[in-house]
Amino acid sequence: MKNPEILTCFQCGTCHASCPSGKYTSLNIRKIVRDSATKDVSDQPELWMCTTCYNCQERCPRGIKITDAVLTLRSEAVKKGKILPAHRKVCNFLIKTGQSIPLDDKHLEIRKTLGLRTDKAAWKKALKDVNVLLRSTGFGELIKR
Amino acid sequence: MKELSLFTGCLIPNRYPGIEKATGLVLDRLGVKWSYLKEAACCPAPGIYRSFDKITWLTLASRNLALAEEKDTDILTICNGCFSSLMDSNNILKNDEGLRSEVNTHLQKIGKEYNGTIEVRHIIEFLHTDIGVQKLGDAVEKPLDIRAAVHYGCHLLKPTRERKLGSAECPVFFDELVEATGATSVPYEGKTSCCGAGGGVRSAMLETSFKMTEYKLDRMIKAGVDCIVDACPFCHLQYDAGQMKLKRNGKNYEIPVLHFSQLLGLALGFTTEEMGLHLNEIVNLKFEEKIAQIQKRLLLNNFQGKIVLKNKPRSGVEPD
Repeated sequence: MKNPEILTCFQCGTCHASCPSGKYTSLNIRKIVRDSATKDVSDQPELWMCTTCYNCQERCPRGIKITDAVLTLRSEAVKKGKILPAHRKVCNFLIKTGQSIPLDDKHLEIRKTLGLRTDKAAWKKALKDVNVLLRSTGFGELIKR
Repeated sequence: MKELSLFTGCLIPNRYPGIEKATGLVLDRLGVKWSYLKEAACCPAPGIYRSFDKITWLTLASRNLALAEEKDTDILTICNGCFSSLMDSNNILKNDEGLRSEVNTHLQKIGKEYNGTIEVRHIIEFLHTDIGVQKLGDAVEKPLDIRAAVHYGCHLLKPTRERKLGSAECPVFFDELVEATGATSVPYEGKTSCCGAGGGVRSAMLETSFKMTEYKLDRMIKAGVDCIVDACPFCHLQYDAGQMKLKRNGKNYEIPVLHFSQLLGLALGFTTEEMGLHLNEIVNLKFEEKIAQIQKRLLLNNFQGKIVLKNKPRSGVEPD
């Protein structure tokens, strides 16, 4: 039992009623968190439909850290190689550029027009450090799974 | 208080540089001492990296924190995602010796060390706490007679136990800043609801994320607003690009989206172009004309007055 706190849930449904994503998707936060107490939910696509807005966690009358639980469940899924292609792409941007949303030519030109910094030496140093750290934590290997 | 290192993140410099420009101009005008956190990398984005691997998330964040520690400055964020990643990491690492030591083992490889000697700030709470609503109102030269839909964004307020910025259900501090510019913060249904972008939902499920955006935009329009005012470039992108997407589906909102730095800049007398409003996807010329008229009218009348602050700004929140 990784998160015994979940067992204090009395299924009131405040979490699901407060969920902005659950209005439009198959995410039922009450159900997925309850299920995670007894079974593996790594395969459930709903795990990735949470915007991590924290409404459920804030409003839970039992004070269960629901959003934090979702984050833990997600990292367990990632360890099993369950990574959505779009997320893998963002991770690769980080590895290649040190940023999750890289600077493109269009915005480089806009930056120049606005007189904003285009400090390539600093960005290069940042990228170098990021890659040393990502290798050190094993992140590159993790997202190749 | 320490001086501030501006942490711009990824999205602002690389997609909405107008917000970066506006932030620099308003901080200078207010006499705030700041400089860039030059070698900063991704915060890293909480939605994906915190979900993927906590140690990687903490390690990359701690590098940014260590850069600010070397300068002996606090970090000023202008994005709720950066605020969330850097503030949460800072709190976790300050209080957990084991994690701190683990992260430092990684940092050692790039010749850095995390010591937990600085604080992480967000421009909204910084302006509210350290400058103050009255002083901000006094600095305003062109009171903006407009109706604004204030969007706090989830991670500015929540988790409340960590943020310590008061209620997430009926927050008021951001509304107070907006009203200090002369604008009216208009109440609207679902005001504290999510824009739809966070948690990796926007990147993996774009259509789904826009359903949440549409929910918000519908209610803003119903409340009759001139613009949206946000505190985060990810919410900003979601509202701005979201409107373009929904336009193709036959919904024509045309609500200009402003980061608070940009709204404040307009009230300080900077033009809409100086504040980078033309760099949004949604460019509403009627709104820009309205701002120009307000700025011109006040000039003609030789406006000398000060903003009269309302005694009790409304939280502007209606049931979700």
